[in-house]
Amino acid sequence: MLETEFTPIASLMGGALIGLSAVILMTSHGRVAGISGIVSRILPPAVDTKGMPQGLTFIAGLLLAAPLWFGIAGQAPVVAISNNMALLGLAGILVGFGSVLGNGCTSGHGVCGISRMSARSMIATATFMTTGAVTVFILRHVLGG
Amino acid sequence: MHFFSTLFAGLFFGTGLILSGMANPTKVQNFLDIFGTWDPSLAFVMGGAILVTAPGFWFAQKRITPFFHDMFHLPTRKDIDARLVTGAAIFGIGWGLGGLCPGPAVTSLPFASSGVLVFVPAMLVGMTLAKFTALPSRKVITT
Repeated sequence: MLETEFTPIASLMGGALIGLSAVILMTSHGRVAGISGIVSRILPPAVDTKGMPQGLTFIAGLLLAAPLWFGIAGQAPVVAISNNMALLGLAGILVGFGSVLGNGCTSGHGVCGISRMSARSMIATATFMTTGAVTVFILRHVLGG
Repeated sequence: MHFFSTLFAGLFFGTGLILSGMANPTKVQNFLDIFGTWDPSLAFVMGGAILVTAPGFWFAQKRITPFFHDMFHLPTRKDIDARLVTGAAIFGIGWGLGGLCPGPAVTSLPFASSGVLVFVPAMLVGMTLAKFTALPSRKVITT
């Protein structure tokens, strides 16, 4: 149940689509496709009203992806998520807080930043990959959840 | 055209997350579980994305301005500070705990699974908290 299939081709193609999205956003609006940035900019305080329409339409596009996938593929995307709600609440707070404090997440640092050869993004990516791996190790192999 | 570009960018991003398996929290946690049920697929997601983004950004910046805006908004900071590393470390812990980061969390919202419905509001609270604590330095950037 815990195991997932190794999907190099689908993952590579999905990654390429994410890259295409980042290039579209850069060529059209000159913006880095960092999801934490796009989402957090429309939150208080210091709401970015100028970038609001672009941010909201991008988020609308994100929200359309899964229903469209369902409509075309005929089945919902596989989403196997923990049923520990307290854990997910804590995870959400840490992800939100950490991504804003560190100015980026998997997309902004991991994809766009590394593509720009940004040293800050490389350090950030190495850091969150490491703490992520340590967290999963403790969660699964030490606590045995 | 202006809004279609961002709408399609979002749509492609979300579809890429689903196709790649990154929208599946268990797959993300398996990528991070090197000593357990390791699934290296997500390295291919990053690889595929960077293979397109790196040359794409290079070409994009050959233009003086983007198509629908008067300037490129690129991060200019080069220094590695404690905030960057602390933020990334905290983000990674949350990423490992739930197997979700902001993109897949938003993409998974329409199916309204209880886990995502707990995660996303918590994430928005975390983001707002960080924006309040980081207010002094933020002000310099936004004005």
